[in-house]
Amino acid sequence: MEIAVTTPAVPPSESVVSRMRPPSRIGDRAFHWLTLAMGFSVIVLVVLVGWQLGRGSQLAVTKFGLSFLTTSTWDPVAEQFGALPFIYGTAVSSLIALVIAVPLSIATALYLTELAPLWIRQPLVSLIEMLAAIPSVILGLWGIFVMIPWLRTYGFAWLKAALGWTPFFGGPIYGPSMLAGGIIVAVMILPIITSVSREILRSVPNLQREAAYALGATRWEVTRIAVLSYAKNGLFGAVVLGLGRALGETMAVTMVIGNTPQIKASLFAPGYTLASVIANEFTEATTDIYLQALFEIGLVLFGVTIVANLLGQLLLLTMKNAMTTRAVQ
Amino acid sequence: MSDNLHTWRKIKSGLASSVATVAALLVITPLGLVFYHLLVSGIGSVNWDFFTHLPKPVGEIGGGMANAIVGSGVLLGLASLIGVPVGVLGGVYLAEYGGARTNAILRFVADVLNGVPSIIWGVVIYGLVVIRFKSFSAIAGGLALGLMMIPLIMRTTEEVLLLVPNGYREAALALGISRWKTILHIVMKTASKGIITGVLLAFARVAGETAPLLFTAFGNRFWNHNLHEPIAALPLQIFTYAISPYDDWHRQAWAGALVLVVLIFVVNTLVRVLTRGRTVSVL
Repeated sequence: MEIAVTTPAVPPSESVVSRMRPPSRIGDRAFHWLTLAMGFSVIVLVVLVGWQLGRGSQLAVTKFGLSFLTTSTWDPVAEQFGALPFIYGTAVSSLIALVIAVPLSIATALYLTELAPLWIRQPLVSLIEMLAAIPSVILGLWGIFVMIPWLRTYGFAWLKAALGWTPFFGGPIYGPSMLAGGIIVAVMILPIITSVSREILRSVPNLQREAAYALGATRWEVTRIAVLSYAKNGLFGAVVLGLGRALGETMAVTMVIGNTPQIKASLFAPGYTLASVIANEFTEATTDIYLQALFEIGLVLFGVTIVANLLGQLLLLTMKNAMTTRAVQ
Repeated sequence: MSDNLHTWRKIKSGLASSVATVAALLVITPLGLVFYHLLVSGIGSVNWDFFTHLPKPVGEIGGGMANAIVGSGVLLGLASLIGVPVGVLGGVYLAEYGGARTNAILRFVADVLNGVPSIIWGVVIYGLVVIRFKSFSAIAGGLALGLMMIPLIMRTTEEVLLLVPNGYREAALALGISRWKTILHIVMKTASKGIITGVLLAFARVAGETAPLLFTAFGNRFWNHNLHEPIAALPLQIFTYAISPYDDWHRQAWAGALVLVVLIFVVNTLVRVLTRGRTVSVL
């Protein structure tokens, strides 16, 4: 009020503005830096994980060197540690999972984007998301008490009768086995491959499909020529991301794979994976070198999953880039 | 001749369609099977005792998982102390401040971090916390879950903040409101429902995690009175009971699994109701 009285010549609005304090920059700066720190925390975390695993396994790495990855004796009493059976188990169970899950997932994604009536799509997607939300330990529980008994009496017996002459399906049937582990991992990675593939297929421009239809292609030909070949990289990325999940899958596998460190051709024989040996033996590791060896297993697991994830994400990125440079919407 | 070819192409197309349909059915079959068996084997043991009693000693029938249910709640609370602020503010950075290149890198790293197997978090927290304090603890378990939540929350927060129209920001800035207040009071408030959704999804995701708790929270057959001591968690208890040789424990494991799955599905459904019409990926 006083202002307006003493300086009547200045228009009131201007006077108010000139006397307002400039907005404080401190709050802005602080908030900016705070969010920046939080944003960069993901990089810190990746480095932290790598550093901690490296630090924890230093002795084992220097003591065993490369032989850690290539020998198959796992004897905590004699302090001999070779991770080959676990690497083999992880590779084989993930491979089985991919063989089962990839065709199913991609076909489902195709059904969801190309075939299904519109009203069915959202509910089906919700169901697949529910499958993704089932905790690993619960799938493992189901695996132990429902899947394995069924596989032992029906699934494996049938496979043995049909394919028993190959080394992969020979030998005694125990129940807990590499194949059971692979099947359970397949169930775990079905949702992620399906939903990533679906996103990829959905981003294929409709113009692609319309062009193929206009040439007289049938629905399958449109899918094959216009959709699948266009989405190839992205779908490959989805598969690699699924592989990343499969490699690190822990609880469900631990509960059904049999946890025996051996390398057998037969898929009916029990196996062991990198993740499950950590889960089972970590708290039992009584000597330093034993714990170090388990940390090194963690390091190996971290390494392979990081590579798989990097590769998968990069493949998805190439797909996105192709989209922004090529797609006509 | 050309007619034959045409028929063949049509048959092939129909065949491919039916294969895809069957595949879709096969993919949701495990969901149905797991749910069916959870109900059949679990419902009988879900009773009042289950929610209010401690586990009975080996050999005695009955008892419950009260401590594990509370323990899971405590662990999630501790996890959210770390995961929610870091994740949400990180998401704010991505949506409001970061340049295109920084964002691309951070997003990429967050996605990669998301793919780190959960057991690795257990190992890392064991090395960082458990060894240092010479004890398994609720704090270690909460930290492991909290760190897992960060990339999840960060990505969903970013997504929903980007949905806030730029006009809101411009209007606030034009009124002379400083940028951080604009973000806090206008942008984040507008997107609050979406942010909460993201947090809930992250909760649902880590609530079922067992692997990171195996050697951090470790599990406990009694009540936990001190956050520096081991604590029980529902998924851990399910695991311990599932691999035990006792029938009664198996029944309890099924009951625990049923409760856990129902909790997770309730949260997911809640989220779906909250975000009707928008797509938020649970993965």
